[in-house]
Amino acid sequence: MQRFKWLVPTLYIIFLMLPIYWLLNMSFKTTNEILGTFSLWPREFTLENYRTIFTDSTWYNGYFNSITYVVLNTVISVTVALPAAYAFSRYRFLGDKHLFFWLLTNRMAPPAVFALPFFQLYSAVGLFDTPLAVALAHALFNIPLAVWILEGFMSGIPRELDDTAYVDGYSFPRFFFKIFIPTIASGIGVTAFFTFMFSWVELLLAKTLTSVAAKPIAATMTKTASTSGYELGLLAAAGVLTIIPGAIVIYFVRNYIAKGFAMGRV
Amino acid sequence: MAAKIKNQKAWFFVMPVVLLVAFNAVIPLMTVVNYSVQETFGNNLFFWQGIGWFEQVLNSERFQSSLGRQIVFTSIILAIEIPLGIAIALAMPRKGVGVSVCLVLMALPLLIPWNVVGSMWNIFALPEIGLLGKALNSLGFDYNFTRQPLSAWFTVILMDVWHWTSLVVLLAYAGLCSIPDAYYQAARIDGASRWAIFRFIQLPKMKRVLTIAVLLRFMDSFMIYTEPFVLTGGGPGNTTTFLSIDLVKTALGQFDLGPAAAMSLIYFLIVLLVSWVFYTLMMKDEVE
Repeated sequence: MQRFKWLVPTLYIIFLMLPIYWLLNMSFKTTNEILGTFSLWPREFTLENYRTIFTDSTWYNGYFNSITYVVLNTVISVTVALPAAYAFSRYRFLGDKHLFFWLLTNRMAPPAVFALPFFQLYSAVGLFDTPLAVALAHALFNIPLAVWILEGFMSGIPRELDDTAYVDGYSFPRFFFKIFIPTIASGIGVTAFFTFMFSWVELLLAKTLTSVAAKPIAATMTKTASTSGYELGLLAAAGVLTIIPGAIVIYFVRNYIAKGFAMGRV
Repeated sequence: MAAKIKNQKAWFFVMPVVLLVAFNAVIPLMTVVNYSVQETFGNNLFFWQGIGWFEQVLNSERFQSSLGRQIVFTSIILAIEIPLGIAIALAMPRKGVGVSVCLVLMALPLLIPWNVVGSMWNIFALPEIGLLGKALNSLGFDYNFTRQPLSAWFTVILMDVWHWTSLVVLLAYAGLCSIPDAYYQAARIDGASRWAIFRFIQLPKMKRVLTIAVLLRFMDSFMIYTEPFVLTGGGPGNTTTFLSIDLVKTALGQFDLGPAAAMSLIYFLIVLLVSWVFYTLMMKDEVE
């Protein structure tokens, strides 16, 4: 039985790859071929779908918008979560446990609940249809997550590190930036990965908070799918292009992910 | 580990997080509470309604059936993904290049935008031009997910298994990797069976990460919106209209603010309650 153990992950990975292969396959086909014949690989290989995306500004702006708010969100979440996670891992203070749970409850809030109030709130403060609005809205669930993961990493570092630094005459800010942050660099990497991931895949809030100027790529796709009939090839090509950033990010952090999961957080 | 120092100044460190999250959570939540107890006839005129909307929502057949569908869906998802995830994690290689390859390929579905997951499965499952649809039909199954409720459910569940089982695998795998070799050696000396090793060494060691896996899968499958919305639009009929889809239809589609707000609060409370039970169980283990 042990000899056939490799079969299980292999079959699972094949199952995972099938829909992705089909998407890739469709993206290289012409609309005629998609609707006319059933073929396992493109007979009339074409790059036309990709050319449309790279030359039409409504398409490629969608990518810029998405990347902008995802990066903004990652920067905001990690920056504010760092001191907070430090406080939770090192100190006891009034209401700390309640505060921690309250933060986590925001990870449990269904985005659908917040869609309408967010729309009104961000319209009222004049941020509607800007990448910043989406970045701030995604902070609702990403900041609690970032605090949670970072707190896990920081608690794994002994207090002696802090004490030694103070004895050596380091001030708190100098200790924090010169010693502490480099020590938990891998933790920051894992945190950035997860905030990036959850902001990149979310659509409901991103779509609700934007209309034209800051429209994310995912919303451009939904519109194409519903208005211009069935341009499946174009839709498939756009889908393939949204997988690439994720794949690149996974490749770079692959060793950290296992470590991050091993911390039992996330 | 040294005990934490009591220091009220730590509040200054938490302040930015509290302010940002409060801006995002408290104001919208109060808006929802506000709507849930008032009736509006437009023109920004509001009238006190009390708990009327809550009664209406709780008694409406529409909410009850969405909630029922949601519970059935989440139960099926947990029943499939958790055991499957554990089984795959157990079979994964522990060292060598295989580990990296497995991790990278398995994590891929997790990083695909949710609407793309929906579109991808739409294209994959179309009866005439999709690989899955064509294959099932040529095998003799009468399969069409836009027309038949059963096919639609099958597709939505298969899609979610495809999308999220990897999360369980990664978590379970991390739990397995943290078991020292000495445990296995001791088991071998005792002549423990494969099942005994799983039951008494691996499962207890994975308990913590599995609790997190169950919690995450519960929360996210209970809040699922984008993937089924893109795939089936909640149809055919209302057969795959889950809570979030129903809520967005009521709030942003029909602008029935009162009922939508009442429904939001009930929905949020359910997720919160179940998650709180999990969280307490989890934290209890940590103390022990």
